Amino acid sequence: MTTTAEPQPARTRPAESARVPSDGARYDERFASRASSIVSSAMRDLMSLSERPRIISLAGGFPDTESFPSEAFDEIWARIGREHKASALQYGPTEGLKGLRERIVEVMAVDGAAARVDDVMVTSGGQQAIELSISTFVDPGDVVLAEGPTYPGAVPVFTKYQAQVVHIPMDNDGLRVDMLEERLDDLASQGIRPKLLYTIPNFQNPGGVTMSRERRERVVQIAHERELLIVEDNPYGQIRFEGDPLPTLWELDSGAGWVVYLSTFSKILAPGLRVGWVAAPAPVLRKMNMGKQAGDLCSSTISQRFVLEYLRTYDWREQVARLNDIYRGRRDAMLRALEEELPAEATWSRPQGGLFVWATLPEFIDTSELLALATDKYEVAFVPGRAAFLDGRGRNSLRLNFSGVNEAMISEGIERLGNAVNDKVELNRIFGGS
Amino acid sequence: MGRIAVLKGGRSLEREVSLRSGANVEAALRRLGHEVIAIDVDQHLVRTLRADRPDAAFVALHGRGGEDGTVQELLEILQIPYTGSGVLACQRSMDKVVAKGHFAAADIPTPPSVAFSEEAFRDLGAADTLDDIRARLGLPLVVKPAKQGSALGITVADEPGEVPAALMTALSYDNRVLMERFVPGRDLAIAVIGNRDIRALPVVEAVTHDRAFYDFEARYTPGLTELVAPADIPAETAAEATRLALVCYRELGCRGFGRVDMMLDADGALWVLEINAIPGMTDTSLLPKAAEAAGLSFDDVIAEVLELAALGA
Repeated sequence: MTTTAEPQPARTRPAESARVPSDGARYDERFASRASSIVSSAMRDLMSLSERPRIISLAGGFPDTESFPSEAFDEIWARIGREHKASALQYGPTEGLKGLRERIVEVMAVDGAAARVDDVMVTSGGQQAIELSISTFVDPGDVVLAEGPTYPGAVPVFTKYQAQVVHIPMDNDGLRVDMLEERLDDLASQGIRPKLLYTIPNFQNPGGVTMSRERRERVVQIAHERELLIVEDNPYGQIRFEGDPLPTLWELDSGAGWVVYLSTFSKILAPGLRVGWVAAPAPVLRKMNMGKQAGDLCSSTISQRFVLEYLRTYDWREQVARLNDIYRGRRDAMLRALEEELPAEATWSRPQGGLFVWATLPEFIDTSELLALATDKYEVAFVPGRAAFLDGRGRNSLRLNFSGVNEAMISEGIERLGNAVNDKVELNRIFGGS
Repeated sequence: MGRIAVLKGGRSLEREVSLRSGANVEAALRRLGHEVIAIDVDQHLVRTLRADRPDAAFVALHGRGGEDGTVQELLEILQIPYTGSGVLACQRSMDKVVAKGHFAAADIPTPPSVAFSEEAFRDLGAADTLDDIRARLGLPLVVKPAKQGSALGITVADEPGEVPAALMTALSYDNRVLMERFVPGRDLAIAVIGNRDIRALPVVEAVTHDRAFYDFEARYTPGLTELVAPADIPAETAAEATRLALVCYRELGCRGFGRVDMMLDADGALWVLEINAIPGMTDTSLLPKAAEAAGLSFDDVIAEVLELAALGA
């Protein structure tokens, strides 16, 4: 047994053994600053546990894909095989299949957003549309305005392009337009002109609130007065369970060119297809087209063909109505369970559509820590609020998804969440907190 | 060359860290010519191991389940030799309270501390002793979950008012917490290798900037922490740190490999904080750095740890 106080001389192995540096240092010095700006976080690591067995995940944003009609699915693939095999397997134009862009114009018309085929470019999911919006306009250090909280999936895009994000709060009527004006004044006084405002007016992810008509009109007015570019992300517009649709910012802009409009087939059809789109003024679309060429040349032609054939021969609005019936029930189950399980000090949004509820817990609860307890002890997962901010806020809030699991699982999941929260409330009482 | 199962992932809170360790171990084993069976452990683990019949298991798990003796107990029953410590040593190392008890019994300096279970706070009014604890240990206090790795759930409380929130944080990660006198100073880590014949690798210092302590982000974000090996400390300090590490390792009955973490305070005194039964093997971990300073490659260390694989609690 070695018991000396001196470190033992290292035992060296034969020379043929591989000498591979293990600490990654040889890559560190080569990483671009874009890549280095992404740091490890305990929260991100914890979030990866949400899809482990037995954990009820209210974390993801998964639409229901079970309800997609099997006959339609089979029939469309068979038809693509028969009639479009070669072209479906071939590269396509960067801006997307012409026929699909024509259909997108029709879908946009249903949302009250009048566009021409030339305004539209197909993207690989709405996510690519977001990335193209940011990569086209944002240099490192540029200020971008976004709701606070903002879409957690946009956070890595902002980080990657080193945007300086200024969050604008929301209330039940969506973006606080008065605060937007205040921030714009503040920034202007410092000589800073934000590159754009990124906003989700309908059933905001994660806030669950919808911008009122008055605010929409005012936001567009502000854009016109101050020449502020708006990126309007509208993935959930059709996922409405009650109430009347409100005009899109694109529509209210009336072709003045201050709105770039993003949407996707992920929620009205299926996210696995990865088909979304952007509608933008011609000069912007040209730049985005070049960006997309660099990114992926063209979106999956076979996916585009699937969407096109589906829209041509089936009633997509009927499928959306089916989905909305399912989601309405799930939302109601979640709101009922939250009422029963969360303590009186907790508040949450009551969305009229979309996929998410945003809840705020008593201040002494850090939801990143709550996630550790919830996944480890209670087997339920959610997105901690901090994931929806770039400035460290959101520590006592969380996002809950109601589209991905059935009503019974939602009730069970919220009960588990309630137990975890009550653990914290009880401990806080014991430690003499308010 | 053998068929080696690399156990990684699982559902401990350190799942992602373990996946990174596991990936590095797999790559090393392949380079060494072994047939690698990568297993992200789940409820089918026993069936998977029975079906795959590996010659040995390389345990690259961190945290609950993998580092606390559970997986080791299963491997004992299945009679598959495995890397690292046996069941009892894992249990002792994973629980900082138990480990510190062993250190104290062996006259190893470890910062004074008090530990309570959640039940003590809930059912026995332990919260009413917080003033006494602060009086005894002083401030700042570091509050830790008893059984958790990667510095998850650890907070330094500078003011009396910060202790309750720090306890709430730690209790999110384990139902037992440790309040320990905070020792400001330099973070040192000593890796130990061996079963009966044990030896230490050179002392590594983790130099963090602008942080209260060597926390999760500092551990796993390339560039946030500078690892210096061998540590730039006096030779006698290095020798004493090494001696302490070897005593800890033996005292807890570890085998295979392990890592002892300690603080070097401003007066030159060493304080052992904990021992890790399964040291991290990620790109930013201390063990690979220590190996490098010893003139060994990562593959050399992995090969040796595998050779030391054994059975027996």
